[in-house]
Amino acid sequence: MTSSLNLWLIPVLPLAGAAINGFLGKKSSRTAVSVIGLFFSGAAFAWALSVVMRVSSDALPYHEYIAHWIRFGSAGLPGSFSSDFALYLDQLSLVMLLIVTGVGFLIHIYSVGYMWDDPSYYRFFAYLNLFKFFMLTLVLANNYLLMFIGWEGVGLASYLLIGFWFTKDSAASAGKKAFIVNRIGDFGFLIALFLIIQHFGSLDFTKVFAQVQPLAAETAGAGLLTAIGILLMVGACGKSAQIPLYVWLPDAMEGPTPVSALIHAATMVTAGVYMVSRSHMIFERAPMALMVVAVIGTLTALFAATIGIVQTDIKKVLAYSTVSQLGYMFMACGVGAFSAGIFHLMTHAFFKGLLFLAAGSVIHAVGGEQDMRKMGGLRSYIPITAATMGIATLAIAGIFPFAGFWSKDEILWKAYQANWVYWFIGLVTAFVTSFYMFRLLFMTFAGDYRGGAHADEHGRGTHGHDHGHGEPHESPMVMLVPLMILAVLSVVGGLVGIGNGFEHFLAPVFGSGEVAGAAGEAASRGTEILLMVVSVTVALLGAMLAYVLYVSKPYLPQKIADGLNGFYTAVLNKYYIDELYAKLFVKPLIDGSTSILWQGVDRKIIDDTVNNAADGARQVSDEVRHMQSGNLRSYAGWIAAGSAVVLAYMIWMGVR
Amino acid sequence: MVPLSYYLVLSGFLFACGVAGFLIKRNIITIFMSIELMLNGVNLSFVAFAAHWHALAGQIFVFFVMVVAAAESAVGLAIIIAVYRTRETLNVDQVNLLKL
Amino acid sequence: MNVHLILFLAFGAVAVAGAINLLAQTHPINSALSLIAVMAALAGEYLLLGAEFLAAVQVIVYAGAIMVLFVFTIMLLNAGVEERTQGSRVAFLFGIPGLLLGSVLLGWVVLRHSGTEAVAAGALPGDPKTIGQLLFHEFLLPFEITSVLILIAIMGAVVLASKPPTHPPGVPARKVG
Repeated sequence: MTSSLNLWLIPVLPLAGAAINGFLGKKSSRTAVSVIGLFFSGAAFAWALSVVMRVSSDALPYHEYIAHWIRFGSAGLPGSFSSDFALYLDQLSLVMLLIVTGVGFLIHIYSVGYMWDDPSYYRFFAYLNLFKFFMLTLVLANNYLLMFIGWEGVGLASYLLIGFWFTKDSAASAGKKAFIVNRIGDFGFLIALFLIIQHFGSLDFTKVFAQVQPLAAETAGAGLLTAIGILLMVGACGKSAQIPLYVWLPDAMEGPTPVSALIHAATMVTAGVYMVSRSHMIFERAPMALMVVAVIGTLTALFAATIGIVQTDIKKVLAYSTVSQLGYMFMACGVGAFSAGIFHLMTHAFFKGLLFLAAGSVIHAVGGEQDMRKMGGLRSYIPITAATMGIATLAIAGIFPFAGFWSKDEILWKAYQANWVYWFIGLVTAFVTSFYMFRLLFMTFAGDYRGGAHADEHGRGTHGHDHGHGEPHESPMVMLVPLMILAVLSVVGGLVGIGNGFEHFLAPVFGSGEVAGAAGEAASRGTEILLMVVSVTVALLGAMLAYVLYVSKPYLPQKIADGLNGFYTAVLNKYYIDELYAKLFVKPLIDGSTSILWQGVDRKIIDDTVNNAADGARQVSDEVRHMQSGNLRSYAGWIAAGSAVVLAYMIWMGVR
Repeated sequence: MVPLSYYLVLSGFLFACGVAGFLIKRNIITIFMSIELMLNGVNLSFVAFAAHWHALAGQIFVFFVMVVAAAESAVGLAIIIAVYRTRETLNVDQVNLLKL
Repeated sequence: MNVHLILFLAFGAVAVAGAINLLAQTHPINSALSLIAVMAALAGEYLLLGAEFLAAVQVIVYAGAIMVLFVFTIMLLNAGVEERTQGSRVAFLFGIPGLLLGSVLLGWVVLRHSGTEAVAAGALPGDPKTIGQLLFHEFLLPFEITSVLILIAIMGAVVLASKPPTHPPGVPARKVG
């Protein structure tokens, strides 16, 4: 029994930072706000590292009980339920912990530079630390309920940060969209939780999984575990932006770039993957649900990648890329390769975080412009950013030996073993991914500079820099150092996967069922290497195509687009999905609310009831006031009539 | 021997006439006289019961009723005089300033 | 048919006639005179019941003082014949039918359930001595209070009916009371 690791410090430190910055930050100087924010964020990371170093592998899983929360009914009897504030640490949450605190800390440092000129500086850091608190709660929770609190909390933080510049209509709407679409997923998640409570009597991971473990796999396709699995997947679709609930993520690019990096690339959107992996025991016994996960993941991966090809806003390309890569992670989970999914989650955090931060650096360099058609040739102006971005692009394309190669290949290999269709679509998606990422790279850094940041004001002023604008300029060191660190991680981060190292590390969590394929692996080793070669080749082909289209023959893309006119317009407009949702769901809802709820219920029923009550009172009093006529005889008449009634009543009572 | 009920009927009739006069008549003084008529009817009823049950207190009560009626008519007539001075009329329908 | 009943009916007829006449007459002085007749008849009824002191008081105070006061006021204010004005609808609609209903009901009940108990003539000991005993022993407090009441009534009547002081033109009249 190890001594207490005091895990609770890890979420609470960022919370303290958020509280201090939130309440006191308005009157404090920028330096003070930065110091507080960085201190608490870094302290969480340091403590996480210390936990890693102190804990030995056989001490996991580790439970830490903090406080009593919900208890009713007597324990053990049916109808009772309890849920506590308790934390749980095993290899899976350890990996997530390091990613969240580490990448989060780097992005914190970057934000100091990026947001320096923003008037609401303190608010940003408060929200950022608040987000960290919720994400860490989500990752460290030992029961679904506490995880759900973290789940909702990161949704809230996401809303606050997407709509950070809330005076801009598009930003405020994007925040709302994110929160509402998330909510739809949360509904599924909640129903899954209710089912779990009903059938397993608890929401604690250990208790639930202990009861699930002896259950047989549901092969017939329908059943309790399948239902729970599919509903959990609905929740994951909302949070991790899969079909059909992905529509909020591209809009979320309205937020500042560090937010996009942290929340919509590295950590929050991966919460869905984490949750599915955590519930792997349920999914493994519900093959239908697992298939749903895989299908959704695969389709999303391809779908989003195709949209990414034609986008002109640099952040939107990265947003669709995120959706696509998340699809890969779900594909991995869907074929039962949970550790591969988590592996890709980790490498994705590195290179996608780096891509977003570098994009932010680019945007900063050209003074706020985000349209890639107005960039180009920036390599000479911002070499460090270019280099780091290049490394990240190689990683995401899956080129050997960068990080993305190892994780993506792991996924493709496992997918091939499950069903070659998944593998094939994954391969096509890899081609498309490589293509659009290199397209982004070339449009931004190669060729001639097409933009206007020479001697004019900065374009959109989205992050208001007030130094004089001449040519595109490199970012300050405080922004570049995180880029460099992440670049290093993007290079070496995948090496943990060599020899199934990562898989072995996570084996205590996911069971050695995945590694069991080692028996026949000697023979399939050859196939695996063949597939590796195929995927690298495909990635290189994509890169070459991008080179041709955007560097050597830049007139070609326009000709191709004109040739495929109808299809091109459809893809450019994101297959009109947003418009479809607006027509199918949003408009009827708004119309229904207006006509039924507002006009009907609120105006007619509620308002009118009150108004009519008042009117009625007035009318009655209008009639009654004629009694006060001042006429003596009328008064006498009333008295006489009344007393006659009383008299009659008394006589009647007496006679009875 | 007169049955008690005869006295009561007579008393009731006088009372009813008083009420009717109160409601029908338009002159304030006549209305006042109707009140006196009502009081008289009630007095008769009191005395009849006193005789029937040999309760002497009935007579005493009639005594007090008369005293109070006297006081009341004195004050009431004074009020009527005052009202006449301001309104110049004895028609009760025109003394209706206390209306909404 | 005994004398008691005949006398009762006689006095009763006078009282009823007087009451109806009070309603029927248009000039208030006629109504006042009818009321005097009613009171005199009632005094006779009291005598029949044996309350001689009360009968005397009725004639002296009621018919002799109060009604005289009424007649004085009528003559002072020069009350004329009533003009017909539209009165209250309520009084006609509710008051009179209600009143009729009440009295009919009462009369019917009384006559139906009265049995044959009768009151003897002269049943009450109504002599002054008895009344005095009662008045000054058991009913002393009410007696004293009524004397205070009369005092107040006197003062009130004097104040209310006194002529308002003459006022220069343009100043509003002093409010009464």
